[in-house]
Amino acid sequence: MPLLDIRNVTRRFGDFTAVDGVSLAIEAGEFFTLLGPSGCGKTTLLRMIAGFDLPDAGQILLDGVDLAATPPERRPVRTVFQSYALFPHMTVHGNVAFPLQMAGTPARDIPGKVAAALEDVRLTGFDRRYPHELSGGQKQRVAIARALVTHPTMLLLDEPLAALDAKLREELQIELIHLQREAGITFVYVTHDQTEALALSHRIAVMNKGKVEQLDEPSVIYRFPRSRFVADFIGQCNLFSGPIRANAAGAVTLDVEGLGAVKVAAQTALAAGAPASIALRPEQIRIGAGDAAAPADNRYEGTVADLLYMGDVTVYRVNTAGGARVEALLANSQTGRAKFFEPGDRVVVDWPAAAGHFIED
Amino acid sequence: MRSRSPLLVAVALAVYAFLYLPLAIVVVYSFNDSRLNAEWVGFTLDWYRKLFADDDMLAAARNSLVIGLVASLVATVLGTMAGIALHRYRLRLLPLLVFAPIAIPEILMGVSLLIFFVLLNFTLGLVSVAIAHIAFCIGFVAIVVRARMAGMDEALVEAARDCGATPWQAFRHVTLPLIMPGVIAGALMAFTLSIDDFVITFFTAGAGTVTLPLQIYSMIKIAVTPEVNAVSTLLMLLTLLLIVVASRLSPSLLRSQEEAPT
Repeated sequence: MPLLDIRNVTRRFGDFTAVDGVSLAIEAGEFFTLLGPSGCGKTTLLRMIAGFDLPDAGQILLDGVDLAATPPERRPVRTVFQSYALFPHMTVHGNVAFPLQMAGTPARDIPGKVAAALEDVRLTGFDRRYPHELSGGQKQRVAIARALVTHPTMLLLDEPLAALDAKLREELQIELIHLQREAGITFVYVTHDQTEALALSHRIAVMNKGKVEQLDEPSVIYRFPRSRFVADFIGQCNLFSGPIRANAAGAVTLDVEGLGAVKVAAQTALAAGAPASIALRPEQIRIGAGDAAAPADNRYEGTVADLLYMGDVTVYRVNTAGGARVEALLANSQTGRAKFFEPGDRVVVDWPAAAGHFIED
Repeated sequence: MRSRSPLLVAVALAVYAFLYLPLAIVVVYSFNDSRLNAEWVGFTLDWYRKLFADDDMLAAARNSLVIGLVASLVATVLGTMAGIALHRYRLRLLPLLVFAPIAIPEILMGVSLLIFFVLLNFTLGLVSVAIAHIAFCIGFVAIVVRARMAGMDEALVEAARDCGATPWQAFRHVTLPLIMPGVIAGALMAFTLSIDDFVITFFTAGAGTVTLPLQIYSMIKIAVTPEVNAVSTLLMLLTLLLIVVASRLSPSLLRSQEEAPT
């Protein structure tokens, strides 16, 4: 039995359906992420798990028990809010002690538990500080300590790192992974940041317009996106669309405008003429000067239109002879060279049929 | 610093003089050793001594204090509830009902309350005055509390519930401490409004009950004596003190821009 079982949950606000018949099951000990653009319903779903909002239809079961009649204070889940929501009139100690006091913990046990929770988030010695005396990262740590001090069954995190700068965010991501593993608590994490989702999660549910588009492990979501939306939302992606020209022996050929025939390894029941797409990651594409390249399944000539030098890698945007745009990524690992091509250079891009991922439209 | 035009300075000084000179004169003449408010004779505390020996005046002061305390206390509780409700529920009618007593001319409010009490066959006296004061003070408290609520992060109450607090515990441990400066400022405002109210008190006090403003009025019907100056000075001092305390507790009260809560 899953720890959290969400069954056909729907939530409407007037004419707008924020969450539309979502079903998903989260296992105990999992780091589960709800990923999607703003307005996709991920925060609404989280608020319904916390108990701040109720579904219009469907059920949310925790350990097999329907939570509908349980107010937030009696649910064994804790939330880490995007705004931290630390009580400004209480010290760090007061904030972390608050859930213990509400739970009726004997007063003599509270200091020890608070100290242990603050140690877990590396904030020992900050007891007497007030929230306004803390940095953003420290506030976030206090919020996590407050959420974990009573050892809840499940921790809900609503974009907890969104307000922090990139360096600190990376540091806290690693801390979160460690905390989750050590505490053994189920994390349900909401974010719109796909790199964060890929880095942290055991499983990701990609949401769009109130529905779950795909639920899988990060590597599967990245490599085998099920829809054009998922392919486009997760990482950089070339999307080639067009009618099927041929479908035989595990290889499908699409007629793509500007490229012509594009071959992809896929099994599909779709007949010739049906519209379909191919998702192709920029790092799967080989880009070269065109001299004696080995014959590939897909090979196109073009010119470099522009490039994005990112330090570790460079993204080249190539205009093919037929007028299509292909994005290719090259690691700058070769010593002594920063860039391989300049805008205006004539190049050849190629990739094997197995590199692309076939998507039925 | 920007340079200021001399004309602007002159106008500002004139306005301040117009506002505060009459008050200053009252204060100065309360120490004047003369029966007439005409010329300065010499310094004396006689009028204050006389004031504290005047039984009528002391009875009126006691009435004013009792009414002020009761009215501000009850108005603060009700006004705080109204302020929170105004913030939480976006209703159309509620703000109108709460704020109307502030906008309605006092004389209208006084007359209608008098008619209301007479209709109910309610005996006019301390109780009717206190009820009337509560009625017009609620709106002022509600405004201050609502402003304070608006400055509070909504997520804090949810965070409290999330931490295991019942709705009442969340109010008691999180909402109330955070809006307390507003509540106290509202209470002090209610007290000052109650203690120097004349018009509504005049209509709802009946024959036997006298408050400080009513007593002062009845005295100046004969002549503006230095004793009136003395009691006015004391009343002014008390009001000023309360306003200073209130503005300290709720800085946004006297400023046009809302300060970010710390």
